[in-house]
Amino acid sequence: MLGEVILRTEGLTKHYGGVHALEDADFEIRKGEHVAIMGDNGAGKSTFVRQITAVEQKTRGTIWFDGREVNFAGPLDAREAGIETVFQTLALADDLDVPDNLFLGREKVLFKLGKFSILDYRGMREATEEGLRKTAVKIPNLNNSIRNMSGGQRQCVAIARTATFRSKLTIMDEPTAALGVQETEQVENIIRTLKEAGEPLILISHNMRQVFDLVDRIIVFRRGRMVADLNKEETDGQDVVAYITGAKTQPQFADKAA
Amino acid sequence: MAKDKVRSQKGAHGIGGLKYDPSKRTRPQELNVFMALILIVVIFEALGWMVIGDSFLFNTRENVDGIFNVRRLRIIILQVSIIGIIAIGVTQVIILGGIDLSSGSIVGATAMIAMSFAQVAEVNGQPNPKGMFLEQGWVDLPVLVPVAIGLGCGVLAGFINGFFVAVTKIPPFIATLGMMVAARGVAKWWSKGQPISFPTDSYATIGSGMTPVVLFALLAILFYLIMKYTVYGKHTYAIGSNEDAARMSGIKVDRHKIIVYTIAGSLASLAAIVLSSKNLTAQAGMGIMYELDAIAMAVIGGISLSGGRGSIVGTVIGALIFGVIISGFTFLRLDAYYQEIFKGGIIVGAVVLDQWRQQRAART
Repeated sequence: MLGEVILRTEGLTKHYGGVHALEDADFEIRKGEHVAIMGDNGAGKSTFVRQITAVEQKTRGTIWFDGREVNFAGPLDAREAGIETVFQTLALADDLDVPDNLFLGREKVLFKLGKFSILDYRGMREATEEGLRKTAVKIPNLNNSIRNMSGGQRQCVAIARTATFRSKLTIMDEPTAALGVQETEQVENIIRTLKEAGEPLILISHNMRQVFDLVDRIIVFRRGRMVADLNKEETDGQDVVAYITGAKTQPQFADKAA
Repeated sequence: MAKDKVRSQKGAHGIGGLKYDPSKRTRPQELNVFMALILIVVIFEALGWMVIGDSFLFNTRENVDGIFNVRRLRIIILQVSIIGIIAIGVTQVIILGGIDLSSGSIVGATAMIAMSFAQVAEVNGQPNPKGMFLEQGWVDLPVLVPVAIGLGCGVLAGFINGFFVAVTKIPPFIATLGMMVAARGVAKWWSKGQPISFPTDSYATIGSGMTPVVLFALLAILFYLIMKYTVYGKHTYAIGSNEDAARMSGIKVDRHKIIVYTIAGSLASLAAIVLSSKNLTAQAGMGIMYELDAIAMAVIGGISLSGGRGSIVGTVIGALIFGVIISGFTFLRLDAYYQEIFKGGIIVGAVVLDQWRQQRAART
């Protein structure tokens, strides 16, 4: 069921001055695979994502995406290559409506005139509706500005971006951290829809139940290093907690994570 | 009503069973501002009859035809149109999440510089007594020369504003405050404080009659369309709404800021050209406090000082409210001192209203 490797990192490292936020991360994910990244606060999960999506520039290391080595200059590069990210902060413009947010930074235009290109509102709206259908996201009024939406709706809008642009890899950074029970369920359903569609996903989450429900593989970070790479079938919650807290480290990572 | 019901049932369930009620849709801000305009006119009309026994809006003179007091209405729009042109630029800067305090000084500097290249060689057969460039022979130049130079001043000043805001990341308040002081300095230095007069006929036509109003209207329509229908407008709103989101979406935020400030500077210099042409002279003190008037028009028009919200339509109505109030005070024969005190009150009041609106929106 799993295809070829879509993303691979080797020795991915990020230092903030003297702080070693991420140290030598070797990671890979295959087409159709859903992988969770777990770890305590400050373990390097979000830092790892920010290097892949080029929101920050890595200190060193190599990233291969879709069969070639990549060096994204910025988030738009990563996005154009097909990595779609739902950031913890959602990265939505509160005063704009749903289609505007989905197409922010890559608007559909009727004819090109540089900055003064005329927007194709209808085209963006239609593509938005299709994207929402694909992810089974229901938003009652597309013309509503994000400001007037609930946390769950905002999350769904952010996630719907991935579906609208047929991304090759989706990354979600704690998508349900601030949501209620029903809203969490809705987001999890969207993730299942992505799984059925064979779209690979990296999910950062603290929610053990959710992770075991949704993904195939669990990566554990601790103090900026990868300490475990576990198949869901071969592990359980207690085991994962042991890796997160530092009670256990997988032998292949032991020398690095000392 | 029945139609609404059908629609709300069709797409009723959002996330977590949330229902969307179309009847509770928020009213466009511009409509509120427009109603405020009407209310203010009505108040002046009532006060007029009570205090001085005359109509504010309607024609009461028997020797003049027409229902409305056309002369007063013309004065109102003429009065606001020049600052209104500035306000169109300032509106964009505020929507971007910035502020521009330099427009009044840019008006001063541009008026001086442009006018010095628009002078005639001779006045009543004598060499132009105010001629700055008589020796160089830069007199009786085609109108395009002073206009281009004037616009160039605005582009340069606006670009410098934008550069400091975007690249050095200093608060826009400080960057444009610096430009406010510096550009006023340029205005005074240019002719060592002397007024510059006697423009060519072609330069004098730019601001004559109702041309300022026509220009204001055309620019308002143009920038309304740009803000609403182009990538430029969308990005301006996006940056003002959430700069980080805009950056993460790949918008070149810094470059965009420079463009917006440059456009604001250009519009200020255009206002300067129109104003100096209308007055047939330029003085170093021209445009003092215009920046605040322009900001006031935008704020009264519902442009949120926290960025991301408002439209050019709001600013145009805000400008009209501004003009009606000034005209109304004159009509009621109140001193100019009261006007300024009241103007200060309105600006603060409009911002308080905006805060209040935002808090209420955050609660629901």
